[in-house]
Amino acid sequence: MLSRMSRTIRPGISRRRALVAGASGVIGAAAALTAQTPPDTTKIPGTGATEIGARSPFEKAKRRPGPGRSTSSTTPLQELHGIITPADLHFERHHAGIPSIDPAHYSLLVHGMVARPTVFTLADLKRFPARSMIRFLECSGNGGRNYRPDPEAHTLSPQQLDGLTSCSEWTGVPLATLLREVGVSPNASWFLAESMDAAVLARSIPMEKGFDDALVAYAQNGEALRPGQGYPVRLFLPGYEGSTNVKWLRRIEVAAAPFMLREETSKYTDPLPDGTARQFSLVMDAKSIVTEPAFPDRLAGAGWREIRGLAWSGRGRIAHVDVSTDGGRSWQRAQLEDPVLPKCHTRFRLPWHWSGGETVIMSRATDETGYAQPTRAELLAVRGPGTQYHFNNIRAWRVAADGTVTLATGAA
Amino acid sequence: MRRTCRALTLAALVVAAVGERDVSSAPTAAQSAPGGTAPLPERFGLGRPATPDEIRRLDIDVTPDGHGLPDGRGSVAEGAALYAAKCAACHGRQGEGATSDRLVATDAGRDFAFGRDPSLARAIGNYWPYATTLFDYVARSMPLAQPGSLTPNEVYGVVAFLLAQNRIVAGDAVIDRTVLPKIVMPARDRFVPDNRTGGAAIR
Repeated sequence: MLSRMSRTIRPGISRRRALVAGASGVIGAAAALTAQTPPDTTKIPGTGATEIGARSPFEKAKRRPGPGRSTSSTTPLQELHGIITPADLHFERHHAGIPSIDPAHYSLLVHGMVARPTVFTLADLKRFPARSMIRFLECSGNGGRNYRPDPEAHTLSPQQLDGLTSCSEWTGVPLATLLREVGVSPNASWFLAESMDAAVLARSIPMEKGFDDALVAYAQNGEALRPGQGYPVRLFLPGYEGSTNVKWLRRIEVAAAPFMLREETSKYTDPLPDGTARQFSLVMDAKSIVTEPAFPDRLAGAGWREIRGLAWSGRGRIAHVDVSTDGGRSWQRAQLEDPVLPKCHTRFRLPWHWSGGETVIMSRATDETGYAQPTRAELLAVRGPGTQYHFNNIRAWRVAADGTVTLATGAA
Repeated sequence: MRRTCRALTLAALVVAAVGERDVSSAPTAAQSAPGGTAPLPERFGLGRPATPDEIRRLDIDVTPDGHGLPDGRGSVAEGAALYAAKCAACHGRQGEGATSDRLVATDAGRDFAFGRDPSLARAIGNYWPYATTLFDYVARSMPLAQPGSLTPNEVYGVVAFLLAQNRIVAGDAVIDRTVLPKIVMPARDRFVPDNRTGGAAIR
């Protein structure tokens, strides 16, 4: 007993001091953990409890913001497990920065073609019956570098290629509840959702969606929304393109026609080869990506490993995901892991024995409507090379004989 | 009025595309609670009535029928001066684009070949379907560093200048709430509703 204590104490003294000093702040504690990893953690008491948890300093998962005061950052899909994106790793996209909003002064105005134009405080919104739903959110510009010719695309990680999709549990009041509360006119068919950011971003949404599954959300993964996700209140439209999920929501105006604002005319529209442009292309089509193995992985050697990835559809549940490990010559049905939820990231897995030779891995999602993720050639044929949104074509990874994995944009 | 009708026609098509549903009955229907419990009340009595003043303060949108356009006016010449001072640094002296979007296009894309040719630049003159959108966006979001700082006269002026640069109005044009909704943009009839509906078809 004595010898055990002395073993414990002797190497522990200086470390304990460092740990006590580090406990004053999360960053300090993390630094202490990095610097002071004991040779045997069973021989020295660990650190105390803290108000806010921090990741292990050994974990490096981070978003990738663009340069300067960036208007977007991407989720590290290849670092994550299961289907939930931690709130602080949820992708960001905003048009004029993240506003700082005092929830005590927050209110939502609902007006227009309604019987009772109404102002709701945050407390009002929280008093209504709440609903939680686990749903993905994807920017409609996600994945464009797998569609356009891009000589650098082979060195894109899942995060760099498709990191503008994330998945959370969202909690709030169904918009339908608020629409009933204010008494929407029978002649109304659209509503405007408007932000209180510096862009005052606004989008027109079909009233159908408002009465279906739209959520006025104030929580994400069990806690209040993060500022970058719309604190204190955002609109959440399951399956709809990201920019319609208006953050920092200040106003909803009910109307009989769309408002034809910049983000639904000049932007977020899809010119087609026939000389027209598709407007209000709101639903995100079925899509999947293998997140492991993927660039910049290097397979250590031949043998068994698990192919892992995510699949999702804005139209409902994923029905199945097929994976090819021979460049599309043959396909195998992957295992879908519970829960398989509508309009939600779905985790798929497939055991794979790599023989050590060069090959191409790809995945193809099919949703419950029977829609299967198209090849690039199929998408190009109907959309043309000039389109800028909704890039859901099949993703492929080339595995070289030396185990290096790169994105193979021309392979599918 | 004709403009309004066209906008409404497109709206009807879009609604048809996203799925027919009788929303007229929805606002008055009692909400059923999950799990077979008693129905929820039609209304919860939460929130407070919005005053006309607070609605006016927030209701900034401008729609194709001209709804929301304020009093005031601006000429191309007035807009040119303001554009040079507050917009040119990001969008180029003539609207040719710089760190921010190109705003002017007078020829390329007139046959709306953007889907076939990714090198074609989209701008106000060849892609924006409604002139009212220009007023709404400039008043709403511009200039980037001082959003919402322009007076209605200044916005009308910048809109007049940009429409003239795109050869949609003459160089001596004056834009106000009467004129703007009547302007027919070159791309006006190019926009079609989404025809993707799920199922096997790739569209």
